[in-house]
Amino acid sequence: MSNLNKIRREKYEVRKRNFKQFIKTFFNNKIGTLGFIMLMFFVVVAYVGPNFYHYSPVEVSKGALLAPPTEGFIFGTDHLGRDIFGAIIYGTKTSLIVGFSGALISIFIGSTIGLSAGFVGGGLDNVLMRITDGMMVLPKLALIMVVSAVLGTNIRNIILVIGLTGWTGTARLVRAQALSLRERPYIERARSIGASKFYIVYKHILPNVFPVIFAQTILATSSAILSETSLSFLGLGDPLSVSWGQVLNGAFVNGAVSVGAWWYFVPAGAAIVLMVLSFTFIGYSFDEILNPKLRGR
Amino acid sequence: MNYKYFMKKVVQSLITIMIVLTLTFILFRVMPGDPTAMFVKSGIDPSVAEKVKEDYGLNLPIYQQYFVYLKNMFRGDFGDSFSFRKPVMKVIGDRLPNTIILALCAQTLAIGFGIIFGMMAAANRGKKIDVGLLGFSLFIYAIPAFWFGMVLIVIFGVKLDLVPLFGMMTPGLRNVTKLVYIKDVAKHLILPVFTLGLAIFGSYVMIMRSSLLDVFTEDYINTARAKGFDRRYIIRKHALPNAMLPMVTVIATSIGFIVSGAIQTETVFTWPGIGTLMLKALVARDYPLLQGSFIITSFAVVTANFLADIVYMYIDPRIKYE
Repeated sequence: MSNLNKIRREKYEVRKRNFKQFIKTFFNNKIGTLGFIMLMFFVVVAYVGPNFYHYSPVEVSKGALLAPPTEGFIFGTDHLGRDIFGAIIYGTKTSLIVGFSGALISIFIGSTIGLSAGFVGGGLDNVLMRITDGMMVLPKLALIMVVSAVLGTNIRNIILVIGLTGWTGTARLVRAQALSLRERPYIERARSIGASKFYIVYKHILPNVFPVIFAQTILATSSAILSETSLSFLGLGDPLSVSWGQVLNGAFVNGAVSVGAWWYFVPAGAAIVLMVLSFTFIGYSFDEILNPKLRGR
Repeated sequence: MNYKYFMKKVVQSLITIMIVLTLTFILFRVMPGDPTAMFVKSGIDPSVAEKVKEDYGLNLPIYQQYFVYLKNMFRGDFGDSFSFRKPVMKVIGDRLPNTIILALCAQTLAIGFGIIFGMMAAANRGKKIDVGLLGFSLFIYAIPAFWFGMVLIVIFGVKLDLVPLFGMMTPGLRNVTKLVYIKDVAKHLILPVFTLGLAIFGSYVMIMRSSLLDVFTEDYINTARAKGFDRRYIIRKHALPNAMLPMVTVIATSIGFIVSGAIQTETVFTWPGIGTLMLKALVARDYPLLQGSFIITSFAVVTANFLADIVYMYIDPRIKYE
């Protein structure tokens, strides 16, 4: 028994060391660190900002209609005289929530399908991969539009739609990884001493596929944020929520572009670009760390 | 010509098409809010709705509906559009060339510049130019296409007054010579092409770069270097032809991405293409039109992938003689 505990402790130590090493390598990478700092900034704005800055989209506003930035309204006002700066602050949370939740759903579906296809193989693999191919072929934004129009537009459904349509890339990647792991000697050994399939997947395959899944989650998050933005811009977003995409839709529909009211849409777009960039930077540096092919070059 | 490979690809494409059709069928009929609900919302006369239901075989059990649907699809019969009161195929046919012009121009620009800049980045790996190009590509990926279009309109359309703000031609432009017409359309094309082109340009740079870097690690590059060839010569003659192979696949698979970009770009510039048509159909609950344009764009992607596989067969001798 004490022997088993010792092994467990050793395993824990190794994991801790690996994790520390990973964190160290990550923060040695300038791009990754920059991305992390940017992301933290957005998290603080999303969760602390609203306590210090008051904004309500339904309140009657004191601002002039479609006025350029002034001292009271540093990002100007929209076509109803509402404060644009406030909408940006309050919309940060929406983007983060949609990004993370959408990514988690898509990663969960993608990993499950990828693992089953890669590890079980045979007929199941064929069927699952054909379906994945079929899904990949469908133009993503069009698919999201159709499904969201059928489900109805509120923020929960938008998250669901993004998750349900965004899993194909993850499924392929995880499958490839599982396929290569399946042939490794230690898996064969586990099988020969009678480990069940579920046990092998859970104990041996999953931990080794996890880095890929983790890196993929980061990328899926930025893609989910962009999807919500496009959807809202096209007028298929949740009209009751404050989001950056909703601001952009307001700007477009109310003719801010043709009168040159740049302040109505430039801040929201810039915020989206910066947030997506923060995830891209983090994902990029993960890739540098986790992809052994890149490390040597 | 490797017939076995060719047939395999044909069968694969057919299977994919079947799966796309099936997924579309499920999407449009089994999920809540079936087509009849859309009829009611679109305010169509109940008797017409009843007739359409019959035409589509919507009164039949679901598995029979599926076969009726497949039969119609393979005959190229997508039904009639509610809002246009014309066959879906005709409505799409009128709009498709506009999207193709836009996508083709954007694609050509993006591929050309993508290859050049990707090569520059890979050849100077780790240097300032590489980091700069990489950062620029990541930056482009983060920009929503429609937002970039809005910014361009304000700068070049409103402030500088160089190009028209939206549309495909100047309203009321009739009875003019072909040359004037082409000039007018070209002027309207500039911003949308630039918007869509930039949206896809970044991924080409990244893929060209990583593809070249992969090739650089191959033994034959070392051999060439050992022989004392000039660096540029090695890149051009040894690395580039091999690095181009993955690009063919990427160009084909990017068609789906272009459709997404085109929906955004066309909406911003009110370009009368498939993207705006799809959005229109969605808002009007024009169910046959939406389904038709959805399937047509998916077919375009399958076809592009199939063609890429065939092109691959010709340019990669490893497949030809397998």
